[in-house]
Amino acid sequence: VSALRAEALEDSAAMEGLDAFRERARTWIEANLREATLEELRWARGTLSEAAELAQVARDRELQRMLFDAGLAGICFPKEYGGQGLTMAHQRVLNEELGSREFPMRYQVPTFSPCATVILEFGTHEQKLRHIPAILRGEELWMQFLSEPSGGSDVAGALTTAVRDGEQWVLNGSKVWTTGAWWSDWGLVLARTNWDVPKHRGLTVFMMPIHQDGIDVHRIEMLNGSHEFCQEFITDVVVPDGDRIGEVDDGWTVGTRWMFHERMLFNSPYVNNPVGRIRGGSNGSTVAMVAQELGKMDDPATQELVGEARMFELVAEQIHTRVGDSIRTGRRSDQAAAIGRLFHGMATSRSATIGLEVAGSSGAAWTGDGEAAAAAVNFLMRQVGSIGGGTTEMARNVISERVLGMPRERTLDRDVPFRDVPRSRPSSS
Amino acid sequence: MLVALTEDQEFFRETTERFLVELVPPDALRALRDDAAGFDRAYWRRGAELGWTSFLVDEAHGGGSISGDGLVDLSLVAYEFGHHAAPGPLLPVNIVAGALSEHDAHAGVLAGLLAGEAVAAWCAPEPVFEVGAWRSGVTVRRDGDSYVLSGSVAPVEAAAESAHLLVTAADGDGLTQLLVPASAPGVEVTAMQSVDLTKRFGAVTFTGVVVGAGALVGEPGAAAGAVERQFLQALSVLNAEAVGAMQAAFDMTVEWGFDRYTFGRPLASYQAIKHRFADMLTWLEASHAISDAACAAVAAAAPGAFECSSAAKAYVGQYGADLVQDCVQIHGGIGVTFEHDLHLYLRRMTVDRSLFGTPAEHRRLVALHHMADLEGAA
Repeated sequence: VSALRAEALEDSAAMEGLDAFRERARTWIEANLREATLEELRWARGTLSEAAELAQVARDRELQRMLFDAGLAGICFPKEYGGQGLTMAHQRVLNEELGSREFPMRYQVPTFSPCATVILEFGTHEQKLRHIPAILRGEELWMQFLSEPSGGSDVAGALTTAVRDGEQWVLNGSKVWTTGAWWSDWGLVLARTNWDVPKHRGLTVFMMPIHQDGIDVHRIEMLNGSHEFCQEFITDVVVPDGDRIGEVDDGWTVGTRWMFHERMLFNSPYVNNPVGRIRGGSNGSTVAMVAQELGKMDDPATQELVGEARMFELVAEQIHTRVGDSIRTGRRSDQAAAIGRLFHGMATSRSATIGLEVAGSSGAAWTGDGEAAAAAVNFLMRQVGSIGGGTTEMARNVISERVLGMPRERTLDRDVPFRDVPRSRPSSS
Repeated sequence: MLVALTEDQEFFRETTERFLVELVPPDALRALRDDAAGFDRAYWRRGAELGWTSFLVDEAHGGGSISGDGLVDLSLVAYEFGHHAAPGPLLPVNIVAGALSEHDAHAGVLAGLLAGEAVAAWCAPEPVFEVGAWRSGVTVRRDGDSYVLSGSVAPVEAAAESAHLLVTAADGDGLTQLLVPASAPGVEVTAMQSVDLTKRFGAVTFTGVVVGAGALVGEPGAAAGAVERQFLQALSVLNAEAVGAMQAAFDMTVEWGFDRYTFGRPLASYQAIKHRFADMLTWLEASHAISDAACAAVAAAAPGAFECSSAAKAYVGQYGADLVQDCVQIHGGIGVTFEHDLHLYLRRMTVDRSLFGTPAEHRRLVALHHMADLEGAA
């Protein structure tokens, strides 16, 4: 059982009671946070202009600072590092009270989790003191430098290399799918430090500032017009050994927990998940709005589809809670987080198809910018929920092999030095 | 079933499970196939002694719960019923007993239900596509001090085995509930067929059945609130039972996956099969989660209880049936034989899916309540 889990479960007589906490949170939220606009609730579309996006990033930093000053930041982070030292139950109360108010959504994932949780779990006392309070005060936005262009699901096959040079390391390579790296401050990097051992045994984790010479951030245009994702090119970037997280060549120990925190994002005690948030794309509420806009709510076939999308939304809330509780109480291993991840992929994919169906011919051509107008673009992005954060195929492997204990897939890269493992041919594009 | 039970709940669940394992193993279930009632009265009395019929009844009326939340405790029994495809009129007896207790009516009948001496059935209405509205196959009209019932309802679980029928009848614009002796002149029960080996259903016809005001359960014309509660309680029982059946079929199939070898490898070593197991476990966990949440919402009379219950019935009905059919597929030919136990759960799942609204009907009900909420918020 990790220290993190014990902290999240911690309870004591001295701790603020849930009712008192709710009252305090509600009073402050009502006085300080306005209702979010629909556009803010649906940030996942990420199609704002650059200036508008930067204005919202600045507002998020400000909101995070306000929450910190109010004693409402980092509910489950230890007090020692600027958090509140409270429990998951308190975090759930805060999620309920935040409802559909504005909140610093850019801080949640990946800054609080998995980045800050990885630092909390594997960082030294000094590293934690340096970064976690700063994160909770709204001063540092973090990104995960994890995936690489050479392979998505095979994270341990990282090619980005760190070479030791005395008390520092020199990094070269490329990372991709970092959300908003262009407006973020720090990156958590998984890099190869040893090519002569099998792939899982030659990795190390580092922290590095994103905006420095040697890091080129390119923004990637997605099918919905969003430019939120980035690719970074890292050339001779120097990182002091003091910014290494965990032991040299033991990065996979860190990486395993890193990905656990990533899969837990919908039920992490370290992340605000306000209940009124729309998690992007099509869901019960947006599909209902499409039906309303098109005047189709009296059509029984449409009713059935709207109900199905809403059903997924309701079930999603409950399965994430159940899986999280199963893990926190030790009834299931951390690997069970893949169950919530797989559900998310299946449900979002089906909901996007439902949205397109209810939109009718608006799925081909539309005017205006209502929900019906968004249905086709949401459909283009349908598979994102089954790809991002580890594919559903990987989740299916994890569930069958790690949760149900079924025989592992045969691998050809397990016991050979990484430099001898066959790799993709370089892409020509 | 809940992730964590209290010690008392776990003790009770385990007692019920041991009882079912001992008294109604699969061979006993097969033997009940041709039994008219589908269950043994002595078995039912012993179950009642364990508490199976008491959870929706006030302590003042001789009932009581384990956790303080009777419906949640009842859902534990229902889960075990699904998990062992157990016989007995669990749903109708509890719904009727709860209604009688709530309205402080028919103390003698209630005592018989609590003791497991008697069985009662609910002639239930169906929800229609309008919040708070129901369609009943039975109408009631007042004739002096008497009430006259006409119409028919089907399927009614345990109708032929019941001494009393709780009838939800249309009464002008409202609903009236009456407890009618099954022996009353004009009541006719026709046995129906079902795929479940032990559940029995009847079609009940009322031809000018006359009862006195003493038959009333609650105020005449004002039963809509009680009917909604009963309906949602019934969904909680069915969902919990279906999830129990899913879990049993799944566990059995996982074991098969490890034990069954083909081309020199266990079935569970093929990625195509492993990925189906991953999907099934996800549907199963989601079904546990939503059915527990709906049950808790109904028990607490929470605002979203109807929407959540319909979402649970829609999800569990669809994915539960798909899960058990996938279990059949992974078993291959043996999975569609009477000799294997898997069909006990497929049968129970099929019946639970189809009672009190199919997944498609409940998807529409989810939309109905969701749209009402959105309009209320706007």
